[in-house]
Amino acid sequence: MTVRVGVVIFPGSNCDRDTLHALRLAGAEAVSLWHEQASLDGVAAVVLPGGFAYGDYLRAGVIARFSPVMRSIAAFAADGGLVLGICNGFQVIAEAGLVPGALLRNRGLRFLGRDVAIAAERLDTPFTHALAAAGEPLRMPIAHGEGCYFADPAALDGLERDRGVLFRYVHGDGRRAAEDDRDANPNGSVHAIAGVISPNGNVAGLMPHPERASEGILGSDDGAGIIRSLVESAARAANARPAVVNAS
Amino acid sequence: MTLADLPVEPLHRRLGVTDDELDAIRARLGGRDPNDLELAMFSVMWSEHCSYKSSRPLLRTLPTSGEGVVAGPGENAGVISIGDGLAVAFKIESHNHPSAVEPYQGAATGVGGILRDIFTMGARPIAVLDALRFGDPSDARTRHLVDGVVRGVGGYGNCVGVPTVGGELVFDPSYQGNPLVNVMAIGLMEERLLTLAAAPGPGNLVVLFGSATGRDGIGGASVLASATFTDDDPSKRPSVQVGDPFAEKLLIEASLELIERGLVEGLQDLGAGGITCATSETADRAGTGILVDLDAIPRREAGMEPFEVMISESQERMCAAVRPDRWDAVREVCERWGLPVAIIGRVTSDGDIAITTGGDEIARVPARALTSDAIVHDRVASPPPHRRPAPAPGAPGEPIDRLPERGVDPGAVLLGLIGSPNLASRRVVFEQYDSTVGADTVAGPGHGAAVLRVKGTGKALVASTDGNQSVGALDPWLGAALSVAEATRNVSITGARPLGVTNCLNYGDPTRPEAFWQLREAVRGLGDACRALGLPVTGGNVSLYNEDPSGAIAPTPEIGVVGLLDDIERRVGPAFRDDLDVILSIGEVTAGLAGSAYAALAGAAAGDDPPVLDLAREASVQAFVREAIGRGLVASAQDVSGGGLAVALAESAIWGGRGANIRIPVAHPPVVELFGESPSRLVVTSPPRFAPALVLLARQYGLPVEELGLVGGDRLVIELAGSGATGAAEERGSRVADALEVRVSDLRHAWEHGLPRALGWEVHA
Repeated sequence: MTVRVGVVIFPGSNCDRDTLHALRLAGAEAVSLWHEQASLDGVAAVVLPGGFAYGDYLRAGVIARFSPVMRSIAAFAADGGLVLGICNGFQVIAEAGLVPGALLRNRGLRFLGRDVAIAAERLDTPFTHALAAAGEPLRMPIAHGEGCYFADPAALDGLERDRGVLFRYVHGDGRRAAEDDRDANPNGSVHAIAGVISPNGNVAGLMPHPERASEGILGSDDGAGIIRSLVESAARAANARPAVVNAS
Repeated sequence: MTLADLPVEPLHRRLGVTDDELDAIRARLGGRDPNDLELAMFSVMWSEHCSYKSSRPLLRTLPTSGEGVVAGPGENAGVISIGDGLAVAFKIESHNHPSAVEPYQGAATGVGGILRDIFTMGARPIAVLDALRFGDPSDARTRHLVDGVVRGVGGYGNCVGVPTVGGELVFDPSYQGNPLVNVMAIGLMEERLLTLAAAPGPGNLVVLFGSATGRDGIGGASVLASATFTDDDPSKRPSVQVGDPFAEKLLIEASLELIERGLVEGLQDLGAGGITCATSETADRAGTGILVDLDAIPRREAGMEPFEVMISESQERMCAAVRPDRWDAVREVCERWGLPVAIIGRVTSDGDIAITTGGDEIARVPARALTSDAIVHDRVASPPPHRRPAPAPGAPGEPIDRLPERGVDPGAVLLGLIGSPNLASRRVVFEQYDSTVGADTVAGPGHGAAVLRVKGTGKALVASTDGNQSVGALDPWLGAALSVAEATRNVSITGARPLGVTNCLNYGDPTRPEAFWQLREAVRGLGDACRALGLPVTGGNVSLYNEDPSGAIAPTPEIGVVGLLDDIERRVGPAFRDDLDVILSIGEVTAGLAGSAYAALAGAAAGDDPPVLDLAREASVQAFVREAIGRGLVASAQDVSGGGLAVALAESAIWGGRGANIRIPVAHPPVVELFGESPSRLVVTSPPRFAPALVLLARQYGLPVEELGLVGGDRLVIELAGSGATGAAEERGSRVADALEVRVSDLRHAWEHGLPRALGWEVHA
């Protein structure tokens, strides 16, 4: 049985089709969830894709969090549902308070589209369990203007202590990038944080695009492990809780 | 702004309509004078930008038919079938003058406009390539323009979610006052969804959807694009349109859904000429008329004059012909995507564009008078008295073809070339673009032609833009033909078969006989090259009046090519692949350094002519490399262009992260061998066991082939050997110049830092 995974479409989402494609390659029944719908159509996991939701006017992600679908997603997450935010989707769930921290403008104040390497800090999560090894560099693109992860020192301490950092920017050999390393950590994220996970372990966000690195023909399939982890976890969740409750 | 605010002169002249043209307008109106609104509509539609009144007779000479052509010139974009029920739509267009006035918005709306041309046809935009040309990179104004244009291209393309996968960035003093921003867009569609820009069926509704109409971009086409620049004139700023990529993204999704569901009879985007253009062109194509209810057009602000509403170039608007019984469905789609939508008129059978307000008819003009029957000018063409510029005062009188001489390290020349603004890495620019959204980018910007896989097939689309202005300035026929040769060659060396050509012709004031001669020669070169290569020209754009008080730009024929790779697994790149691969040179060195990157770097006028182009040879070279790649004989393929053989080898070495040992038997002066840019040449590498087959295949195609050496090591070493050499070589024995020997890491450093250093962006490197 294939598991149903939803991809949210806000006006201005532009990685929804790529994400649906990558989820299908990983064996999921991927469906789109329109921003105005309150029902989550019985999905076992939700992905918020990249793009410019509502044009990113005002600030990335700030308007999207008030949409009907986001209210349902917040309840779904509170109930333990799996939620992954990629790029703009990460900005949206950070704005909605589903994961800690905020995304600021890149340190160079320019949009950056390039390949980076990230490494998972832990494999005991629904988003990383299918990866080969923790700390192994995964190559995939970033494409964002506001991807500089920020949290205040106290929150950072908590994040590190509670193993809330899911991905970090690294060098090609897996060494952790320094904060001021413009090459390996190009947006200048604190502690080189590329992705985080919620304290309950069921909501995660990252700035790089695993869905654009899920096939060898695209130059890297290092992102496929993240997508596959999510789909497998969603299948497990669906089996454990066959009737997914919709919050509406 | 109202008409009365314009400076004193007869109204038609103030709107850029000549006295002769006014007479021609009267003739098309049965002898009567146009009223002010009608005159404003004519002024826009008869502008050079909309009417092609100077270039149309020339463009008719271009070859337009070819295998698989579904739609050609005259449509919003060319469309060519790629099999599997799919087709590719593509077109290139300029947004030069708006970008000079307001670089961010000018470039952004340039991207928006060309994307609309693509999805209007029913194709989803999948890629953008931007060809940018500026003056001196060390100049403060140039840096301001580069920064604004790059941010504008990125700001729009990144937001709409169409990857920017290639293009060009060229610096040349002739663009100092008049930069060029040419943008090419590519779309992928199901062939059955092809939608034309026509308004058929009297009684059908004319529906406008997208942004409301405002005062931005009043007269953009006529004021900005169709007159010579006097200066960086702030009063022209209101003529520049303002882009909203978020609205465009919604427009893409809504339009494609309307087409997919068969809800529209015809669709046209609103660009230059606004509602006037969209209604008259769609009516004329269908042989119908349109009755426009001015009061029904959604506005951004109150108090707009009728002429402002009719010629506004507000962005992100579409116009559809809709059957009355489908209106509710059309409205539902638009409203779901958050787009204002209104019925603004009806299709009629009288052939006229008529406009009413408050129940009164305030204009009536035959649709065809505004479009297909617009005036055509027979311009005078005459070649300049001096076909090539005289050497600058103090420049060396003798040809520079003897460099690099003893004492001049050719390696230093190579490092200088590869780090020069026109040849160095463009990374600092293209990293500001999203080049991977869509998850189709197999080869993005930076290493030759862009390669995009076609999901659900084993195929890929390959695209390149090229324009040769430096040779074009010396010989416009050759400049255009070389541009076609290079753009198609860049596609062929991936293994792809070029499908068709789109072109953006950037030239000067057509009323100047010399500038018109340049345009005429360029169109002849474009046509000759396309015929020789068996390719259709499927559309494009002509941008004239690219002049400022200091003079005209170097004539710039920007060529966009799309090709099809039947088996993506067979594709080949330009980077050296494996140590000990055999390096072969295909084609022949011919004399001629004029117009080369070397001549520009040396700062001296080359004393010879540009190299000769043999179009039959070019066709053979490309056919050969496609067959060689198809047979799996090729490890890497690179063309010899800017900077010559030495730069071609250096790029392959940098990109492959490995050096090469080369020995070139010279028949020409060393500088021509190393840095000459004679066309129709390739550097191809092959695994050793396939090299003999590759040599044989080249000979079967009648091509000169030379084994140059082997891939490997951490240095690029080039020795010039004096067999069959010139007199100069004999004097010096078998080694005719000091060997060129450069570390690949040094080449990479020079290549990576050249552009940020030239632009003062080093901090971002």
